Amino acid sequence: MLLENVKLALTGLLANKMRTFLTMLGIIIGIASVIAIMTVGDAMNKSVMGQMGDMGVNNISAYVMQKMTEDFDYSEDAYIREMKDKDYFSEDMINDLSEHFSDRIEGIALKKSAGEIKAEDGKKYANITLEGVNAAALKQSKIKLIAGRSFSQNEQQEARKVIIVSDRYVNNMLQGDAKAALGKAVEVVIDNKYYDYTIVGVYEYSESSVGGMSAGKNQKDIRTSAYLPLQTALIQMRDKQLYDEMEVVAKTGADQGALALDIQQYLNNKYYKDNDTYEAYAYSMKEEIKSMESMLNTQTYAFAAIGAISLLVGGIGVMNIMIVSITERTREIGTRKALGATNGYIRLQFITEAVVVCFIGGILGVIVGQIFGIMASKMMGYSGSASIGGIIFCVLFSMAFGVFFGYYPANKAAKLNPIEALRYE
Amino acid sequence: MTDIVTPNIMIDAKGIVKSFNIGSENELEILHGIDICVKKGEFVSIVGTSGSGKSTLMNIIGLLDKPTGGSYLLDGVDVCKAGDTELSHIRNRKIGFVFQTYNLIARTSALKNVELPMLYGGVRARERKERAMELLELVEMKERMNHTPDELSGGQKQRVAIARALVNRPSIILADEPTGALDSATGRKIMDIFHKLHEEQGITIVFITHSPELAQETERILTLKDGRIVDERMGIRYAS
Repeated sequence: MLLENVKLALTGLLANKMRTFLTMLGIIIGIASVIAIMTVGDAMNKSVMGQMGDMGVNNISAYVMQKMTEDFDYSEDAYIREMKDKDYFSEDMINDLSEHFSDRIEGIALKKSAGEIKAEDGKKYANITLEGVNAAALKQSKIKLIAGRSFSQNEQQEARKVIIVSDRYVNNMLQGDAKAALGKAVEVVIDNKYYDYTIVGVYEYSESSVGGMSAGKNQKDIRTSAYLPLQTALIQMRDKQLYDEMEVVAKTGADQGALALDIQQYLNNKYYKDNDTYEAYAYSMKEEIKSMESMLNTQTYAFAAIGAISLLVGGIGVMNIMIVSITERTREIGTRKALGATNGYIRLQFITEAVVVCFIGGILGVIVGQIFGIMASKMMGYSGSASIGGIIFCVLFSMAFGVFFGYYPANKAAKLNPIEALRYE
Repeated sequence: MTDIVTPNIMIDAKGIVKSFNIGSENELEILHGIDICVKKGEFVSIVGTSGSGKSTLMNIIGLLDKPTGGSYLLDGVDVCKAGDTELSHIRNRKIGFVFQTYNLIARTSALKNVELPMLYGGVRARERKERAMELLELVEMKERMNHTPDELSGGQKQRVAIARALVNRPSIILADEPTGALDSATGRKIMDIFHKLHEEQGITIVFITHSPELAQETERILTLKDGRIVDERMGIRYAS
């Protein structure tokens, strides 16, 4: 019976191809937009999570921040005291912290930017972002060494002039393979002074290992990062051993949210109690990711809900065309009733027709939505796909839509008086 | 509901009254207490001008409408008390309609059209097809069973409609001006089919027409005027 109804519906729909297509279009656009949004949302989610994952999910970031007291003046011209030496995280504080929490933290990653420099060799040049890193920070940067080694403890402590460069730099400046580059010198100019650094390691360049998104595509315009021992960078910059930021690497298994809170409290109680303007602030990357994830999901659902509105419009279109179709087929309905079709059967016939329209529309919508979603994701540089569960849900949902919007017209058809229906011209 | 009164009576209607707009100012009584009795295997015609109430009477006999008053036993079953769904089932099993305008389902093959009453009757697909082909053969339409109505002539459509009316082995065939839309030669052929069904298979036929000539071919002629049966006589074909 149901199969007969589906066949019947298909025959009816094929007889009015243009009308069927236009009706379906509403459903197609609705489902497609929901699917496309889900695909793009998934891609963004993956990409953002991937980037945050690169930053190290075991990290707790600690900053020096302005105190947010209750009578804090938020106006722009409010006077804020500039940071003095005593406001920064000092070497002693960092050592104290890592000792105090030694059972819960792996290490503290410290970085010092030594600025952007230009390495020249004849006509060739490369822009290098120099970064001073301690052992923990180098590990955190997740770079992959393809030749040489990372810095030794001596090199770190004695501030040796050693450097780790990318294979991109090696390829463009030295034309050699990575191994041959080891031991060679990189000559950089800082404050009109020449410095020679000896290459001890070469790492594999990847887009995300460059600080920003602005990695130059031009082959001549080489922009890569290079790493120095932390102490070297400090001396180079004539900087004190003061930091406004540090990355605490938690031991695996430690409750990061709690640890972040403990670190913040410890630092504030011990070092920032009497500070009039500044205090320490620490947060866990993992917790951040969690809240980011839920935020992104909420956003995706919100957009999907907007897509669902177009689906609603499509559903109303289906209802409208069903009413037209039933009016046109009044005599047919009368005949069917005379031949013994019950009200229930007539109702089922037209609901089936609406569901078939919505089902086919839903399938086409999923296909179109996937194509657009993947295209849009690719354009944005992500890759993603709507979940299978989401697709099945969408198709089932559109069928439910068919039942919902088909019910009223179908019921109207079922309740037609057979005599009047047969007499209808 | 199996209150069988007389076993050889197919239609036993007494005092059928039909009013419209009941209770309002323009209440209109179309049928004023009609008694009609049709025996099994009888070929009866109901004649009347338009407005005589014959369509209304036919709708009541065909269970498409309910009388305002009176009693109606169809094949011994009191159908006045049946609900919508039950009436659908009774129509499906006991009544075969043949309409003036054929009323075949558009875009559906002759075969599928004939199968339709069996579909509503819950007959299995294979049996449906076999029986539909059998009946299309009876009305000499088997060669065109895969044609849709718009590929058939009026006479051919009416043959398909007759096959459809017969397919569930109904108690009666209710034919409402079945030749009204056909030319006389084609109408003749359709009438011949009815005679054949009546004479060879003993099928009960109630034939509604405004043509006195065609009515003369039936066993009994009931003349309806202003909602009353005003005349009842034997048809010429059977009188002799």
